[in-house]
Amino acid sequence: MTFPLFPTEASDAAAQTDYLYWGLIAISSVVMLIVFVPIVYFIFKYRRGKRADRSPVNLPELPIELTWTIIPTFIFVGLFLWGARVFWHNQRIPPDAMPINVVGKQWMWKIQHPEGHREINELHVPVGRNIKLTLASQDVIHSFFLPEFRIKQDVVPGRYTTIWFKARRVGTYRLFCSEYCGTHHSAMIGHVIVMPPAAYANWLEQGQPGNTLAQSGERLYRELGCSGCHDGSTVVRAPPLIGLFGKPVPLNSGEVVIADEAYLRDSILLPARQIAGGYTNDMPSFQGRINEEQLLEIIAYIRSRGTANSEERTANQ
Amino acid sequence: MKAELETAGVSTPLREPKNYFTEGGRTLASWLLTTDHKRIGLLYLYSLLFYFAIAAVAAAMMRMELITPQGDMVTSDTYNKLFTIHGTLMVWFFLVPSIPTVLGNFILPLMLGARDVAFPKLNLLSWYLFNAGGLLALVSVIFGGVDTGWTFYTPYSSTYSNSHVIAMAAGIFVAGFGSILTGLNFIITVHKLRAPGLTWFRLPLFVWSLYSTSIIMVLATPVLAMTLALMSLERIWGIGIFDPKLGGDPVLFQHLFWFYSHPAVYIMILPGMGVVSETITCFARKKIFGYHFVAYASMAIAILGFLVWGHHMFVSSQSVYAGLMFSLLSYLVAVPSAIKVFNWTMTLYRGSISLKTPMLYALGFIGLFTMGGLTGLFLAAVGLDVHVTDTYFVVAHFHYIMVGGMVTAFMGGLHYWWPKMTGRMYPEKLGQLAALVMYIGFNLTFFPQFVLGYLGMPRRYHAYPPEFQIYNVMSSAGASILGVGYLLPLIYFIWSLKHGKKAPANPWNATGLEWQTPSPPPKHNFSATPVVDKGPYDYSAEATERELRDRLTAEERR
Repeated sequence: MTFPLFPTEASDAAAQTDYLYWGLIAISSVVMLIVFVPIVYFIFKYRRGKRADRSPVNLPELPIELTWTIIPTFIFVGLFLWGARVFWHNQRIPPDAMPINVVGKQWMWKIQHPEGHREINELHVPVGRNIKLTLASQDVIHSFFLPEFRIKQDVVPGRYTTIWFKARRVGTYRLFCSEYCGTHHSAMIGHVIVMPPAAYANWLEQGQPGNTLAQSGERLYRELGCSGCHDGSTVVRAPPLIGLFGKPVPLNSGEVVIADEAYLRDSILLPARQIAGGYTNDMPSFQGRINEEQLLEIIAYIRSRGTANSEERTANQ
Repeated sequence: MKAELETAGVSTPLREPKNYFTEGGRTLASWLLTTDHKRIGLLYLYSLLFYFAIAAVAAAMMRMELITPQGDMVTSDTYNKLFTIHGTLMVWFFLVPSIPTVLGNFILPLMLGARDVAFPKLNLLSWYLFNAGGLLALVSVIFGGVDTGWTFYTPYSSTYSNSHVIAMAAGIFVAGFGSILTGLNFIITVHKLRAPGLTWFRLPLFVWSLYSTSIIMVLATPVLAMTLALMSLERIWGIGIFDPKLGGDPVLFQHLFWFYSHPAVYIMILPGMGVVSETITCFARKKIFGYHFVAYASMAIAILGFLVWGHHMFVSSQSVYAGLMFSLLSYLVAVPSAIKVFNWTMTLYRGSISLKTPMLYALGFIGLFTMGGLTGLFLAAVGLDVHVTDTYFVVAHFHYIMVGGMVTAFMGGLHYWWPKMTGRMYPEKLGQLAALVMYIGFNLTFFPQFVLGYLGMPRRYHAYPPEFQIYNVMSSAGASILGVGYLLPLIYFIWSLKHGKKAPANPWNATGLEWQTPSPPPKHNFSATPVVDKGPYDYSAEATERELRDRLTAEERR
């Protein structure tokens, strides 16, 4: 019988999180000593019937109260800053991260690799590379949780969320759904398989999918008729998509947004919401006509048509 | 001791003195139509016990299922319904009303020197609303249950779940009005019905905590009602509010839900803090240290509690900046709680400490609440919360606050005021034993869950990977001890009603106004309105010791 206390530290984020955890355990232990030692001592010393000096003393109330108000406040603010630093680091996605898509649905995880490989409840990644996951849900809220990596992100229908990690040791690690999602919530589990680069290259070789993700997206792009307007039609004027990904787009409303996954998603499903500057609202909505996986394929295709030089977005939103 | 001597003559009266049991009728109707706050307090006690029992059975079944990693005792759907029943009933039909409606109803007017609450009929209506809501909740359980969890997250609850969501939501909606009316009643009672001389800063801290709680009840509960109503609109008529397929925003639901439910956490702890302030002072024979700070801390918790709901949503796709703000505010709300703990500790200094059952519970409360509060600091650290949120770490944390805190305080308060409420003493030795059993059982149940959570076991899992088993077995073993800890008081409390020693007016020699009237009190509480000329907790440890020594020497001489 073993009594494990910590999950393996399999990512860079894991070590940072564990330091914070140890720090909090240390501070909590000190606080518990400060509270419990006097309580136990007083109970023994001032137990009813035991002789002790009980004459009333006039303790300086205000200074004492201020002491135990101000010192905890400072400690708490320090803890906040520490926690914020770890969080901030985990939220900033490195620009060179390798993109992989994850679609959650009741009750499985579907993975799409840019090379076209598809997996269910398994995610193969190379060790030592920054990996960025774009998470989408086809139905209810799920949560993508890798305890050995100390990361977690809710997967929310109707929007993309992102998460990144850098695995630092080869192995097989647990993947859980950690947001309750219905009957088989506890069966919505899987594994992340971290491989040495050579083995990963080998794995990619052997899979040999017919199309890359972008190629699948291109086929959809033609089938759904996107190309009719966006690829230089003379009848309908639609914004060109070449070199669009990651570029700032001025809108008719005067705002400027970055053409990231979230923007492209909204433009396909809710085209009337953000209209690019100089264009009119002509595009039909594709809501209900394509599923989350197809949507991600089209976005992979648009991405493959060239990206702007600007950096990948850093924050979650 | 003096009080005991005074009431010694009461042991052989031929006729019971008038009290609220004998006055006003003994029929069932006289209870069901009563406007006496004391009778209503007892009505609440019976109803709460009923809901608690159902929710506890659900918990027991879950703990049994979790002994083995495989989901082999009940089906996944049943398991999901069990934790939903456990959560909804425990939160809305036990914890939120527990201390306010039972002990608050009974004791608040007595503490204020009043004849009743400000609106006695409204008080009865609250009880009926509460039970109408409970009945609806039970209907949903009887017809097959709900599987959304107590949080009702959309779009699962509004679109995908095939269970009786509407009946349960309606039950909580209706019971919520009972909560609002109780809050309103208490606020006005505290403002208008204080005895002559009972100024705000002469109020017992239990009154301050009920006052703060009432403010939260009145301000937050309507938001819950609206949220559940919106969710039901979407579920019944497909009006798109939360489901993105209908053009809604699922995270909006979480904002609205936690805007109520985080303050509700303080509804579930502030009254417990009030009880602890009463019992610590009485059994240490000391004036509370830093009265004003403890009182203000209650108000600070009530106000700051409204600003931290987003800490339930750090990984929900809420903006990073919002996450950081909510993290900072969550740390700030921990300050007033820390102040209270330090003040209670300091109150023991130079006291004359007696470890009677209510005091054991009060000390247990400090221990468990401190553990719960400290692990709250872990969860408020946004970088760490990412890892532990939605795992058993959170489950352990809030059980330390709600069960370790509130239920412990409720038990303490029940023992403390039992003589006043029933006119009988509970058996002291058994009481102490039960408190100890509860403390051990509780820690064995919930401490392993912190480890489980850090290891990564998600909450609401019917089956789990085998490496988590050892801690689950420990937790289930603890739960069975905890169960014994709850059954013991149930048995001896019932036993004491007939066989318990007759209680004097003031068995603890306490200073509150509620002890200046017979036990049980007459229907109108006081024969003459008491006049207050000093602050609460006018205790002297030295005097207590002197009396004790005098009595001992007198006995020796005999």
